[in-house]
Amino acid sequence: MTVPSPSPSPSPADSSAPPLLETREVGKVFGSVIALRGVSMVLHAGEVTCVLGDNGAGKSTLIKILAGVHAHDGGEYLVDGSPVRLGGPREALDRGIATVYQDLAMIPLMSVWRNFFLGSEPVTGPLRRFDVARAKRVAREELRDMGIDIRDVDQPVGTLSGGERQSVAIARAVHFGARALILDEPTSALGVKQAGVVLRYIARARDRGLGVVFITHNPHHAYPVGDRFLVLNRGTSLGQFAKADITREELTSLMAGGAELDHLAHELGRAAADTTPGPASAGPGTT
Amino acid sequence: MTSVPADERLAGAGVLRRLLVRPELGSVVGAVAVFAFFSSQSAVFRSADGVANWLDPASTLGIMAVAIALLMIGGEFDLSAGVLTGTTGLVMVTLATRFGWNVWLAMLAGLVPALAIGFLNGLLVVRTKLPSFIVTLGTFLMLQGLNLGITKAITGTVQVGGLRRADGYEGARAVLAGSVTVGGVDFRVAIFWWLAVTALATWVLMRTRAGNWIFAIGGDEQAARAVGVPAARVKIGLFMTTATAAWLVGSIMALRLSSVQANAGIGQEFIYIIAAVIGGCLLTGGYGSAVGASIGALIFGMADKGIVFAGWDADWFKFFLGGMLLLATLANSLVRRYAEEARR
Ligand SMILES: Nc1ncnc2c1ncn2[C@@H]1O[C@H](COP(=O)(O)OP(=O)(O)O)[C@@H](O)[C@H]1O
Ligand SMILES: [Mg+2]
Repeated sequence: MTVPSPSPSPSPADSSAPPLLETREVGKVFGSVIALRGVSMVLHAGEVTCVLGDNGAGKSTLIKILAGVHAHDGGEYLVDGSPVRLGGPREALDRGIATVYQDLAMIPLMSVWRNFFLGSEPVTGPLRRFDVARAKRVAREELRDMGIDIRDVDQPVGTLSGGERQSVAIARAVHFGARALILDEPTSALGVKQAGVVLRYIARARDRGLGVVFITHNPHHAYPVGDRFLVLNRGTSLGQFAKADITREELTSLMAGGAELDHLAHELGRAAADTTPGPASAGPGTT
Repeated sequence: MTSVPADERLAGAGVLRRLLVRPELGSVVGAVAVFAFFSSQSAVFRSADGVANWLDPASTLGIMAVAIALLMIGGEFDLSAGVLTGTTGLVMVTLATRFGWNVWLAMLAGLVPALAIGFLNGLLVVRTKLPSFIVTLGTFLMLQGLNLGITKAITGTVQVGGLRRADGYEGARAVLAGSVTVGGVDFRVAIFWWLAVTALATWVLMRTRAGNWIFAIGGDEQAARAVGVPAARVKIGLFMTTATAAWLVGSIMALRLSSVQANAGIGQEFIYIIAAVIGGCLLTGGYGSAVGASIGALIFGMADKGIVFAGWDADWFKFFLGGMLLLATLANSLVRRYAEEARR
């Protein structure tokens, strides 16, 4: 099995417009730990860029730079083609860069619609009361438009499944005007079906014109939905690949560590093929 | 992890679930049972006069329980709330009787130390991140000392009295501590204040942004902050709200008795918390209701007077309280566990 050579950054769709987000050789050092070194990636509107890598590869560090949580030490970070230095998550949000972290920032005992608008509640009337009717209606509509099947927006978020919770968080980010959506391992804690549900919403957000950065360590989750794949290993980039330039097997092999693991990659490939159906085909009966 | 088929989820979200998820449910059942029990023991208890009689202790307790419930939903406790009712009363009566202030003015002046103490409680909790249980235990003890020390220094005794002779007493008394005759039965005005406070608190909780934030900071403060909820401001506001309620109740009690004991309100702080918990507030925050806390207070009122009407020794009241509290917390934890099992 051969590992393809990374392509610079082909964008078949809109090569004229500057990418939504782009990093050029960014790095990040924590004290004596070099968490990230020389990583380049692009994210276009209406596309999904997957960031893959094993635990500790630097995936979270990269997206925290994108989300404004960490300032980068080296290289350049460009938003809409111009270099930026974000002062914090709020600044990223103001530029339309929304991040859904693993822990989701939702309150389990509160209802779906209350969570949906938490911190940005619509108000009405002279007393500026919480426009509950509108909040419920909009939450229901937004979820439905995303194809999310929540029976009852009054039910507590804690009673939703992990996949549904991820989906609500994604719908919320979309509703509040995100242009770029960053998802940190949204499928890693989920079963096959639930992961399929979340992948479907990632595709839906992409179809609405958002750029999605999708972090995962599972190439089987990344491949069906991704347009571009950035593979990280121990803080460095193994390259960014357009979908046309890499097969699922090659991606899996690359992730597993390259030449030395050809054999293991083969084994893993078989195991994966035996036990996990592709996420694209998963999730009957969930809509 | 497997995903549950859709129709099973539907069954899970049925009527029973909906009911169980209401925080007030346990207290409503409790209130009906307590009412039925004492009604069967005493005809006076179930008469209109009897009702007016047991609504009275429920009212002042209810005002405090509602405020404490808001604070507990926001994830904090206030042990200084009881003694603060004494402090505000003492300030008011002292200013009116020793310094010749008009009663209304003296009453308003009592609000100043109350708000300051509420603010201080909140600020300390928010800044130090210490448990509010400890912080307010500290202010509780300090206020207890201040109430006694200053009262003794000014009057040489452990009470200030004579409010009756002060300017504006009758008017203030009519508004806060008088009675209203409805259908030939005298009801204390405080009962209407209690209803108003309950309605206002319910509106704030259910229909304002602040209400959403209160649930959120009590449910998961980190997550609430992450989406931009001003958690520190909300918490300080909640402590100032309990302080304001303590001021209202302290004023009502002072006007009613025309004097205040230096140890007034001590020991009440736990009763407020117990009423809120019986009303469905979780000790861990993020869940509860103002109506529930009011019903918790109602149960207290009924038991307090019902035991007397039934001709029993009043000592049984505490036993009854303990039993109610245990039952209520047990019911709450069952509801909680049920909600958690329903996840996934
Ligand atoms: N705040 C930090 N301080 C020090 N080291 C860190 C910090 N954040 C991440 N690291 C280190 O950087 C490396 C990459 O971590 P991370 O980006 O979280 O990896 P991944 O998300 O791919 O599992 C790890 O070795 C981790 O220990
Ligand atoms: Mg990570």
